[in-house]
Amino acid sequence: MAVMTYREALNAALREEMERDPDVFLMGEEVAEYDGAYKVSKGLLAQFGPRRVVDSPISELGFTGLCVGASMAGLRPVVEFMTFNFAFLAIDQVINSAAKMLYMSNGQFPMPIVFRGPTGAALQLSAQHSIACETYYLHSPGVKVVTPATPADAKGLLKASIRDNDPVAFMEGELLYNFKGEVPEDEDFIIPLGLADLKREGSDVSIITHGKMAYVALQAAAKLEKEGIGADVLDLRTLRPLDVDAILASVRKTNRAVYVEEGWSHVGVGAQIVAIIQEEAFDDLDAPVLRVTQADVPMPYAKNLETMAKPSADRVVEACNRVLYRGAR
Amino acid sequence: MAQTKTKRKAGGSADAFEEYGVSPELARDLLREMLLYRRFEEKAEEAYAIGKIGGFCHLHIGQEGVAAGSIKPLRPEDYVISAYREHTQALAKGVKPRSVMAELYGRATGASGGKGGSMHIFDRDVRFMGGHGIVGAQVPLATGLAWKIKYREEDGVVVCFMGDAAVNQGAFHESLNMAAIWELPAIYVVENNHYGMGTAFRRVSLIDMVEKSSPYGISASSVNGQDVLATYAHFRDLAAVVRGGGGPRFVDVQTYRFRGHSMSDPVSGTYRPKHEVDRKTHEEDPIVLLRDRLFDGGHLDQAELEALDTEAREAAQEAADFADQSPPPGPDALYANVWAEINPHGRLNFDGRGVSPWR
Repeated sequence: MAVMTYREALNAALREEMERDPDVFLMGEEVAEYDGAYKVSKGLLAQFGPRRVVDSPISELGFTGLCVGASMAGLRPVVEFMTFNFAFLAIDQVINSAAKMLYMSNGQFPMPIVFRGPTGAALQLSAQHSIACETYYLHSPGVKVVTPATPADAKGLLKASIRDNDPVAFMEGELLYNFKGEVPEDEDFIIPLGLADLKREGSDVSIITHGKMAYVALQAAAKLEKEGIGADVLDLRTLRPLDVDAILASVRKTNRAVYVEEGWSHVGVGAQIVAIIQEEAFDDLDAPVLRVTQADVPMPYAKNLETMAKPSADRVVEACNRVLYRGAR
Repeated sequence: MAQTKTKRKAGGSADAFEEYGVSPELARDLLREMLLYRRFEEKAEEAYAIGKIGGFCHLHIGQEGVAAGSIKPLRPEDYVISAYREHTQALAKGVKPRSVMAELYGRATGASGGKGGSMHIFDRDVRFMGGHGIVGAQVPLATGLAWKIKYREEDGVVVCFMGDAAVNQGAFHESLNMAAIWELPAIYVVENNHYGMGTAFRRVSLIDMVEKSSPYGISASSVNGQDVLATYAHFRDLAAVVRGGGGPRFVDVQTYRFRGHSMSDPVSGTYRPKHEVDRKTHEEDPIVLLRDRLFDGGHLDQAELEALDTEAREAAQEAADFADQSPPPGPDALYANVWAEINPHGRLNFDGRGVSPWR
């Protein structure tokens, strides 16, 4: 084990997979000579050269489509979006080309390709740089969606995503890049897609979440513990494939659940999780499942408004108290 | 058409074979090909009219010279990718007529197992890469195919077809720019039939087609796609240049669509007058033009032409019979090939129908 940042963990995953497989290459804006807008690709140009670490023009649709075509022909591209907010320009190639190619060609063209970059809000980046984009990709069959919260998860899941033979939207967090944690150094350290991680155990309520909201959930669980409430914090880690067994196991234990996500509530990730819980564990529930999400507004710039808009540990605590029928309603 | 005597056209000189370096034997092969495309599409038209083919169906009738002239000079390892008017391009690249027709019929034996349809013909074995339904979306894909050729230091080229309307999409411009800066072996071909559905090109572009690639430093050329010999020679020479590391090229192939945009549309109408369609159909039929050249040069007689045409009709009929007799995809096909990798953990499918192999 080594202690490294989330950024370094991603860098190690890229480096190891590029060393292992000559068909893996990285393309995106500022990934090469600039060493990455967030330095995730630091040193890769020096090691692998401009053939495999490629600075693209600012043409999200174009270079995404190029990489989808390269994947169709048998390469294994990793596309870096400076943020998934910019990938709206490219989503046609993800949804209409990458996600459907295998199906509409009747299995002739597997599409091993990773689209990666930060999703969600950072600090005061306002409306056009703060969207949590998971749900746009989750909606479409044919794309896997991965949202690591910790450095170890980032490394193990990115390696699994690069080795996967389907398109993967790999969604990081700008605010996570400096987070440190223990990371296995083994080159074959892989976290299989589709396995949730119970990051904290408790028996009174299930806080289910993904991505960087895992930290908000953990903060809320710590606060609840002081009030004598034990919370499961279940980090889904991958949203498709989805570890439904882990969700149901936690809910069957606690009989109460809150979903925490960074995105908007309407038709968000939590809406699907709630649907699954009510379909498959209705009799185990002692309270409605609640969601804590971003305010249903574009992200404002002003610091006070941004704070109000984001999900917070206090809001999670409040939601947990409601499903426990404790205190003010 | 083939059996109709029409007036000999200007340009139908025997010298054309020499001028373009296309032997009369090869020219006869091109005629055979174009007859197949024509009869195939007519059969598809007929099948659509009686409900055997559904959805959208965009016929290539009138544009056969483009498919034959630009694809026949290629090698098997070269890639061809196109938009949704691609039946005959698939045939030209080597997809079997029965495989294309069965796809139009939505049958399990179709090129894409009946799951793609008219707009999504794929055949990996002959490197026919689709069949794409979003205008211009195949252009970056083609650029990626060319990227792979360069990445793996292979010898192939990519021929990417698009309609004239596609050049107004951002995907086109972004792709040409990248192909130019990375010197990719791609030939971007505008099959310029002058109308994007019902919108004349001159209404949506102030500049001419051949100017479209100049901002990116890509050489452009124009060729008459109704003249299959000229088109063949053009692409033969161009493929050699691009294969030799000459970087990408842009070609404006002038052609004309003899039918409506799709089977749901009228042949002429508010956007193009009937007399224009009639004139083009009678004076610029690529099959008639080549036939007359072969006649004039003494390389073909009426009996031989009729034999070729009979062969084409029989091939189209055989394809239709095959499609008709083929089964539709089985119920298992519904969930097949959504995913290439079935992860051992987690749920991939959420419709709750319980028939998915992934739970």
